[in-house]
Amino acid sequence: MAAFDQELDASGLNCPLPILRAKKTLNSMASGQVLHIIATDPGSVKDFDSFAKQTGNELMESKEEGGKFHFLIKKA
Amino acid sequence: MEQKKLAIIATKGSLDWAYPPFILASTAAALGYEVQIFFTFYGLQLLKKDLSLEVTPLGNPGMPMPMGMDKWFPVLGLTLPGMQGMMTSMMKAKMKKKGVASIEDLRELCQEAEVKFIACQMTVDLFDLDPAEFIDGIEFAGAAAFFEFAGESDICLYM
Repeated sequence: MAAFDQELDASGLNCPLPILRAKKTLNSMASGQVLHIIATDPGSVKDFDSFAKQTGNELMESKEEGGKFHFLIKKA
Repeated sequence: MEQKKLAIIATKGSLDWAYPPFILASTAAALGYEVQIFFTFYGLQLLKKDLSLEVTPLGNPGMPMPMGMDKWFPVLGLTLPGMQGMMTSMMKAKMKKKGVASIEDLRELCQEAEVKFIACQMTVDLFDLDPAEFIDGIEFAGAAAFFEFAGESDICLYM
């Protein structure tokens, strides 16, 4: 997994909390910085894809590892 | 790109029906939408400082019941005193276990994201509701005020 600037563990949280927490964390970050999000909600896979498309933040990576979902989002 | 707009009309005051408006409003705000929710009739319960929302199994055949209780308790059994309170406690416990946010949390997240809450003035008068019981930062207005925003919205939902 590529390098990241901040990490957000949204394990155990259900829709829409992973997205809301991610958005909040991204607000405090600078353009070009990368956020690593860990989630357990299976719905978050499609949701982070949609989130990236609609907000213009780039979804650099999306994968499942060890029963958890990992996302890398670069702030626009 | 011009900011998209979401307008929601929230008319229900039960625990289960409290979720759709706050989930969709907070998510839309996170996606960059400008959002307004117009609370009318029983929906005004969702604006109270102290929420005492309940879920009822009555007239709600789609509600999954634990331990096959719907088979053991016919409709009349569901009217027993305490049944609604018990169902509400069970629903809240399940939500907590599954990591579903509380209504209080979602409402706060909406306000942080500048979702605008509008209380229907007519309903406030109709039910003699006390504005002091409502959370801060809401507006009181009527149908025409809502249309000023809803008329320009990209999505308008009635719940």
